[in-house]
Amino acid sequence: MEIVLVSLLNGLVYGMLLFMLASGLTLIFSMMGVLNFAHASIYMIGAYLAFTISQFTGFFPALIIAPILCGLLGAGIEIWGLRRAHVNGHIAELLFTFGLVFIIGRSVQMVWGMLPMAYRVPPLLDFPLFTFYGEHFPAYRGFMLLVSAGMLAATWLLLKKTRVGMIIQASLSHPQMASALGHNVPMVFTLVFAGGCMLAGLAGVIGGNYQTTEPGMADAMGPIVFVVVVFGGLGSLMGCFIASILMGIIQTFAVVINASLLDVVKPLGVTLSGDNLFTEFMTVPVARIGALLPFVLMILILLFRPRGLMGTRDT
Amino acid sequence: MSGSRPVQSRIQGWVWIAALVAAIAMPWVFYNYHTGRHSGFVVSMLSQMGMMTILALSYNMLLGQAGLFSLCHATFFGIGGYATIHFLTLAGDGSLPLPLELFPLLAGLSGLGLAIVFGYMATKQRATAFAMITLGIGELMTTAALMFHHFFGGEGGVNSNRMIGHSLLGFKYGAAIQVYYLIVGWTVISALAMLYLTRTPLGRMANASRDNFERVQFMGYDPRMVRFLQFALSGFFAGIGGGLYAITYEIVTFDALAAPLSANALLMAYIGGTSAFGGPILGAVLITLLQSGVSLMSNSWLVYVGALFISMVIFAPNGIMGLIAAHDPIVRGGRFGRLIVPYAKVLVPGIVMVLGFIGLVELASFLTIGAAQGKTLVLFGTRIDDHAPLPWLSAGLCLVGGGLWFGREARSFRRVWQGLMAELQPKRSLA
Repeated sequence: MEIVLVSLLNGLVYGMLLFMLASGLTLIFSMMGVLNFAHASIYMIGAYLAFTISQFTGFFPALIIAPILCGLLGAGIEIWGLRRAHVNGHIAELLFTFGLVFIIGRSVQMVWGMLPMAYRVPPLLDFPLFTFYGEHFPAYRGFMLLVSAGMLAATWLLLKKTRVGMIIQASLSHPQMASALGHNVPMVFTLVFAGGCMLAGLAGVIGGNYQTTEPGMADAMGPIVFVVVVFGGLGSLMGCFIASILMGIIQTFAVVINASLLDVVKPLGVTLSGDNLFTEFMTVPVARIGALLPFVLMILILLFRPRGLMGTRDT
Repeated sequence: MSGSRPVQSRIQGWVWIAALVAAIAMPWVFYNYHTGRHSGFVVSMLSQMGMMTILALSYNMLLGQAGLFSLCHATFFGIGGYATIHFLTLAGDGSLPLPLELFPLLAGLSGLGLAIVFGYMATKQRATAFAMITLGIGELMTTAALMFHHFFGGEGGVNSNRMIGHSLLGFKYGAAIQVYYLIVGWTVISALAMLYLTRTPLGRMANASRDNFERVQFMGYDPRMVRFLQFALSGFFAGIGGGLYAITYEIVTFDALAAPLSANALLMAYIGGTSAFGGPILGAVLITLLQSGVSLMSNSWLVYVGALFISMVIFAPNGIMGLIAAHDPIVRGGRFGRLIVPYAKVLVPGIVMVLGFIGLVELASFLTIGAAQGKTLVLFGTRIDDHAPLPWLSAGLCLVGGGLWFGREARSFRRVWQGLMAELQPKRSLA
């Protein structure tokens, strides 16, 4: 029982982090039709920037400054890169962000080196929040939950309750009509792209010291975030939220389950002998194939429900 | 127009024959007559070029010809490799009496088999959703390769021996040069087969469903079937490439099916040019050269490839071949001479700008990665201090100044270009 609760809580923390990344990506994807491959790279930049800034100013100013810098970077990418690539069609946009992954990945290595950074949890938050079946729950994870929940509320309020949010929603569903009504849709696109990158940067700031700040962190996070976006469905922040939490929980639970396919079919009287690929497939524990599960889920949902969990239109 | 086409294709034919002759002769250019040995570096680089040519060409069956952006192409290359290793082991035990020359065909069939399975799923969708499914498939296979040891051998990979003592042509395939000629043979066969495919109804329908899949449906074709066949066949050719990879290196690890190789296939096809059949070949040769040449000199060669790729996406979406093809009407109109001076004017600031960029990148990478490896930056025999402000300033100045100058010259170049095009326009419409 305690394993279930602890995993649930950890899954929630991880899921909220995923959501912060994925929400920006899903907004960009649903509005502009551009799947930004470099989104996780922005997340990585956020973490590295936060590390460098926090060395001068401490953690909390970095929490504000680094996402803003990431947002500015995003705006630059949109204005000088994506708009030009847009002329050459959708595939060109995809390819453009794909090329960015290389450049950002290597640039980060050039500036900060190949080794992991000593980006640590701020001392102010470095204590166990409460003890839970003999296991400490770090206060920093609570802080992460707080920040991501606050971000979720702020995004929701911005999109649903303000005029800017209304224009964004209008450009999201009917870009031509919004443009005809005199709204500057390209500027809205830039804003959304910058906002998405800001969220990714914020995720990097609080995720960088939860995981490790190292050059491989973008590659580790990127595919999972795509899975979340596709799984949740286009144009739906709610679907994205559910998918994030689901993926977070699946990933943390898979690690602690030691059963295999063989255990499922054993009650039916199935026994296996020999040592070949099939027996290996049947006896591999869930804990080891945990990394596979998100991709299997993504392929399944794209096959049978291409619009995702709560999407409003096909991918 | 119709009169000039045979001339053009005759020229193209000669270019291909020259390329083939170069491929055959190249190992002998670098042959060391004193020791009587081939240059190992050159032969292995040329072999790599051959495999990458097949990979890039088969990738272009998707990206260029069918408009499908796949992110799992290395999966089929890798599976061809893994299968070949297992086939070689079987042949070594004597239970597979087949000459080595035909093993790439088996590898291709393995690629085809897997591509039929995955293609059935992926080609249900097109455009972005297709790209996402293939991303999932690629990640799935990479993770699986690390997980299931029987077939994939985990991180260490699987290995075997290519000298199975069974050959059609009587070679033992112990020496790398013999394997190289096997690769050349298979590359030519695969390239010709893929060229032929572009001229079949399937190839034409792939182009049509790329350009307007709804109209294809109206005409009574099933665009999904077209995508599926194209995907399966491209998996077949990628598998052949993987088989050659396994025969060359005699070891296959998960690198052969992981995402970086898929990305490489994309880079090669796109930089070379997806709209012309020969583009991916050019791209494969160029990227392999960069990979084996520049990566020896610089830690950050991927930055250069990435920058090249991004500028291609923005400025030259049809790749190098597209750039060459754009000159075609000017050359035929006999006006190329008038472009030489503008080209020279653009080239000088272009070089300054690129040098500035390279300078900044190298300084930055020597400051961090190079320092960690204990290397120092040496240029023309003098050691350059990467902490001093002077090299940084001069590189930055080159980049910014060269960039501004280049922008100005590029604008005047565009004016000349458009002027030439306008001059040629009435002539072309008359013909």
